[in-house]
Amino acid sequence: MASERLENKPCGGRYGDIVQAIGNTPLVELKRLSPKPGVRIWAKMESFNPTGSVKDRVARSLIEDAEARGAIKPGQTILEPTSGNTGISLAMICKRKGYRLKVVMPDNVTPERTQLLQMYGAEIVYSDGSKGSNGAVELALEMAEADSSYYMPYQYGNIANPNAHYNGTALEILEELDEISAFVAGLGTGGTLMGNARRFKEVLGDTVKIVAAEPMQGEPVQGLRSLDDGFIPPIIDLSLLDRKIFVTNRDAIVWTRKLLDEEGIFAGVSSGAIARVAVRIANELDEGNVVFIVCDDGWKYLSSGIYTRPVDEIENLDSTVWW
Amino acid sequence: MATVKIPPVLRPSVGGEKQVSAGGANVGEVLNALAADHPATQSQLFSAEGELNRYVNVYLNDEDVRVLDGLSTAVGESDTIVILPAMAGGR
Repeated sequence: MASERLENKPCGGRYGDIVQAIGNTPLVELKRLSPKPGVRIWAKMESFNPTGSVKDRVARSLIEDAEARGAIKPGQTILEPTSGNTGISLAMICKRKGYRLKVVMPDNVTPERTQLLQMYGAEIVYSDGSKGSNGAVELALEMAEADSSYYMPYQYGNIANPNAHYNGTALEILEELDEISAFVAGLGTGGTLMGNARRFKEVLGDTVKIVAAEPMQGEPVQGLRSLDDGFIPPIIDLSLLDRKIFVTNRDAIVWTRKLLDEEGIFAGVSSGAIARVAVRIANELDEGNVVFIVCDDGWKYLSSGIYTRPVDEIENLDSTVWW
Repeated sequence: MATVKIPPVLRPSVGGEKQVSAGGANVGEVLNALAADHPATQSQLFSAEGELNRYVNVYLNDEDVRVLDGLSTAVGESDTIVILPAMAGGR
């Protein structure tokens, strides 16, 4: 269970199965990225989770919450809009626990994600890539409305999503650090930021600044007919954020490479964007700890060439939903 | 005058321009100047009460003004205001 603590560090712990092995990820100092001696930058390596992303925590929390409420039973089909990592995490957990999974995702995500989902036995329904994640959410909601046999955890509106961090990630970080000047994470569903922010503000008060790094979606994926078609995940409470900064796809990739080159961290594109914002915040401080989330590892992005090609030669830089 | 970057969804309302210039000492003034020059943007940017519409995100350079001082956020001559639709992220 998520609340169990490690008893036998430093080997990584002993667990009953792979689902229980989610979490308890390392916190790694990034000395080369730190701009000044008094400011320490720490990466919470969520890429160390079983399927390689922070979403393992969320998926486990969503499923175990539904189990605890008696909302799902073995053999039932779970439906979720996701452009990748949540789907992959749900697929692994559903396979291990005996549920069927159907994911709705944009048709312009990298092929590795499709393979990983298929590998774990998930069924994929593609939504219009030009509508980005909005299109996947819209289609999944329509499908759930049309067929009541689906159970949709709906990570965008389910409190079990931020609770995975409130009861997990944040406690693990607080176990290692007494002081946190800033916490930086990506703003997607809002789960990582909301859950951690709530815990950190409760324990540390307003001394900790909560900073959101968000993707500046390329124009090709801003396929809205009107601004009224926009979407804000219901779990997001902007009052918990102190800063909210967008990062372009280009900068995200440049910093993903920098994480690799400077610190040897092989991470996905969102982690590069978050690292960029974390270093900017670190530059504004005189001392203190800046913690940021490495959301996933880089394996799912290899085919895009982001680690080896010059950034100007990366295909579909603006039309890909990188994170 | 500040530069205002216009998202694709709003471009038909500003004659197809990707960016325009608009004057004002804060974000609210700049956006009102934009709406005065291009009246079709008014109801897309603002609610009837004059607040920013829920699905409109406005950034001073790269920071969301909603977590700064909202429409009162000060704007300098060399600043860029970026308007973006609120879209689902996350995976």
